[in-house]
Amino acid sequence: MPLDAKFDPATHHFRLVGTRPLRPDGYDKVVGRARFGADASAPGMLVGRILRSPHPHARIRAIDTARAAKLPGVKAIVTRDDFKDGDPSLKDVLVNVMARDKALYDGHAVAAVAATSASVARKALKLIRVDYEILPHVTDVDEAMKPGAPILHGDMRTENIEPAPKKASNVASRCEFGHGDPEQGFKQADVVIERRFKTEATHQGYIEPHACLASVGSDGQGELWVCTQGHYMVRNTCAALVGMDVSKLRVTASEIGGGFGGKTTVFIEPVALALSRKAGKPVKLVMSREEVFRASGPTSSASMTVKIGVTRHGRITGAHADIRFQGGAFAGSPIELGAMSAFACYDLEHVKAVGWDVVTNRPKQAAYRAPGAPMVAFAVESVLDELAHKIGMDPVELRLKNTAKEGTRSSYGPKYNRIGLAACLEAARRHPHYEAPLGPNQGRGIAAGFWFNFGGQTCVSLNVNIDGTVALAVGTPDIGGSRASMCMMAAEELGIEYDKVRAIVADTSSLGYNDISEGSRVTFSTGLATIAAARDAIGKLCARAAKIWGIAPEAVVWENGRARPAGPNAGDFAPLSLAEIAKTAAKTGGPIAGHHEVNADGAGVSFAVHLCDAEVDPETGRVTIKRYTVVQDAGKAIHPSYVEGQFQGGAAQGIGWALNEEYVYGRDGRLQNPGFLDYRIPVASDLPMIDTVIVEVPNPGHPYGVRGVGETSIVPPLAAIDKAKAGKKRR
Amino acid sequence: MRYEAPTTVKGAVKLLAGKAGLARVLAGGTDLLVQMRTDRVAPDLIVDVKRIAGMRRIEAKAGGFRIGAAVSGAELGEHKGMRKAWPGVVEAACLIGSTQVQGRATLAGNLCNASPAADSVPALIAAGAAVVVVGPRGRRTVPVEQIPVGPGRTSLKRGELVEAILLPKRPPRSGDAYLRFIPRSEMDIAVVGAGVSLTLDRQGVCSAARVALGAVAERVIRVPEAEAALIGTKVDGEALERMAASCSAACRPIDDKRGTREFRIKVAGVLARRAAAIALKRARGK
Repeated sequence: MPLDAKFDPATHHFRLVGTRPLRPDGYDKVVGRARFGADASAPGMLVGRILRSPHPHARIRAIDTARAAKLPGVKAIVTRDDFKDGDPSLKDVLVNVMARDKALYDGHAVAAVAATSASVARKALKLIRVDYEILPHVTDVDEAMKPGAPILHGDMRTENIEPAPKKASNVASRCEFGHGDPEQGFKQADVVIERRFKTEATHQGYIEPHACLASVGSDGQGELWVCTQGHYMVRNTCAALVGMDVSKLRVTASEIGGGFGGKTTVFIEPVALALSRKAGKPVKLVMSREEVFRASGPTSSASMTVKIGVTRHGRITGAHADIRFQGGAFAGSPIELGAMSAFACYDLEHVKAVGWDVVTNRPKQAAYRAPGAPMVAFAVESVLDELAHKIGMDPVELRLKNTAKEGTRSSYGPKYNRIGLAACLEAARRHPHYEAPLGPNQGRGIAAGFWFNFGGQTCVSLNVNIDGTVALAVGTPDIGGSRASMCMMAAEELGIEYDKVRAIVADTSSLGYNDISEGSRVTFSTGLATIAAARDAIGKLCARAAKIWGIAPEAVVWENGRARPAGPNAGDFAPLSLAEIAKTAAKTGGPIAGHHEVNADGAGVSFAVHLCDAEVDPETGRVTIKRYTVVQDAGKAIHPSYVEGQFQGGAAQGIGWALNEEYVYGRDGRLQNPGFLDYRIPVASDLPMIDTVIVEVPNPGHPYGVRGVGETSIVPPLAAIDKAKAGKKRR
Repeated sequence: MRYEAPTTVKGAVKLLAGKAGLARVLAGGTDLLVQMRTDRVAPDLIVDVKRIAGMRRIEAKAGGFRIGAAVSGAELGEHKGMRKAWPGVVEAACLIGSTQVQGRATLAGNLCNASPAADSVPALIAAGAAVVVVGPRGRRTVPVEQIPVGPGRTSLKRGELVEAILLPKRPPRSGDAYLRFIPRSEMDIAVVGAGVSLTLDRQGVCSAARVALGAVAERVIRVPEAEAALIGTKVDGEALERMAASCSAACRPIDDKRGTREFRIKVAGVLARRAAAIALKRARGK
């Protein structure tokens, strides 16, 4: 359902869209009534705990659970023997959930216990004997690619290289994107710069650890309450991994204390189900913070080489990137997204990005806000900044001269529809921050960023209640204020007040399939489906009015929350409000509901430009972020506060990544900082108030012009901060 | 695990000296509870000292102060007399953890946890503080620098606990200060810490100085060479540079996740120089 060509969101007078009402879930979260993953409980519930490998790489010769099983209070123990091979496409997920022949990283699950109390479960873990044969390990991406590196998987052959290799390697695959010939482009350049970059892995740092409560009965039916970004994904994956019919597993998503992509896969859920099935009782499993760091899904670490050539006049003639991501112990780092996004901001004739997906003895990476893009943007934007300096050109000017626009063939293939990068660059240059004077030891950095955004499978149900209120059921966990935005869009369409609509996140048995809340897709695609469901309901409301009036349904229109005859020829009837039609629904045909099911296409890409001022203590190197401004295209901001929140949140996480957050592995291959003390996310006092500018270039793929905004904001910070630190003053 | 909350020091000593396996003193618990939760320590006996009379009081004594072992950082931070007399000590104590942690964490706990990076310890050593140790053989007063002997290890014997911390009378024309390096602005552990206390004579010449460094050795160290570099000078730029060089020379740090050896050595001198400049300002009454 694209934007109507005759509808201009920039000039349309919206009644609710663009206002800032309170979020419906806010009160519960403030007073502590909201139920998060670990708040679920059930009668007779057991406590689950997972035994994890202390070794980064070891063959598991044997697991002896006999002593633990005898401990009073232990009700079930599961190991690799309890998880059978099934769907080959889920093999890595299965092996990550419970180690098979080898432990592949420090923290890899090896066994799990369900017991009557946490202390019994803890004691039981100590009684499990695992016979490890310790193997050499590798945790660094460049080291893992070298000949002679310890090999994780004997059957891994690098895909997409010619001729097909015969020897096992830690490089899972190669990918390539682009067009033209960068070598030819470099020949046309006046200045060519090539630089190498490395970035460490970071963690999403969500406040709520993974938690779930599983209950499987002897009849084979199960329920799961879980903190996740996608409970349908959890249902389908778990059903396949533990061998259940999808219809027999009902999954309810709890409130979520942050995910940022890290809750888009399963870790403990299949284990809890297996324990519950074995014990015949509900089992609650909650990760400790240490487990979250060691055994959930941090980002890839990256090693990158970027080469760009420009003319004296600032035209980029050629661009090349060679990008190496390690994504933990299994194939599947976001290398393709990294390579695709590398040069997506620019209109280039000769561009190529080559990517390498590498495995190491680290936990399997998971998505983190624009997965793959921040580190690559760091490399590309840094080289661009250096080039601007070298040719004596304003860095925004250099970007404007090469900016991608409507009709540009993107570096990853498709042609762009309407996009907002130039508008963001110009807004950044106009912002008072851009020309503000700098103090001693201060520098200013600027960088651009891109993210694809996603649509995907979405299903929404909208029920009109007897009192004229509306119940809206969506299937995308609310990770950024989406229930508020959905209520606004439904109320906007129906012509009723915001607080007359109540949105819930339905469980998997109550609503059709929905893809995960990821790819900045929810406000776009669930919003699109909500608008369509509201229009569907409006059609039915009009039909009911037509029935009451005894006229043809086509002769009824919906305006300002009321049905009225389309014109004088339709008849002279007083308009009927939604509440009036709802009240008599039983007499006019029964319940009134609107539905929409879609695999949404047309998620518009989003661009951002960030400005950062940093001060560096010349004697200690300590960095203070003095000022920060985010300029980003939102297409159309439904709830501007939550759009600004996404801008600020991405910038804050980017600041953490740029300055202090990193996975530190020791020579022993063990994670040295699995806690918030030494894994240093920014605290409030580390950040200035992050200023935001919402640019609105409507997305032609959405009825109101919405673009996803959740991810782009973490893409520019690494480069912007690095340049600010380097004290590179703008000319 | 047994939990006891005696109301007398004698009772606490008796419990700690008994044959109870591994015994731990609980004051604020901001280290102990974290260590228990992460399986680093599993005590058989916990002796909570917060209910012992006097343990939570700050008393003016002989021109100085007696700070009970269970006085929290927040209580210390609100004590006007301490803030005026030993601002460096108060600032150091109030850097530990967060506002919430401040409500529990104690100077004695920070000292007895024996972390080389403990924030309050360099400040206490610079201030010339001592502790009252009580044990089965009675009371003794020990200089602060003699309590920690290595990471997580103290000179306290079985059955002994710290009852109070004693801060001396602040001499006229004196000032103290503590600075630390952390990459964040709070909620962190010192990568390097430096405490300086100095006294000027009527002519503005430094007559006494104490300098202590944290996180640069296996325990917090006092640096006599740095002190000597200040004494007899007007604490001018040259003296400060010499003091900074002495501090760097005295460091014997490790490389770890929080910082490299090279960084710690360099920054120890920088921080000591800056702390001395603040202490000087305070000594001059500014």
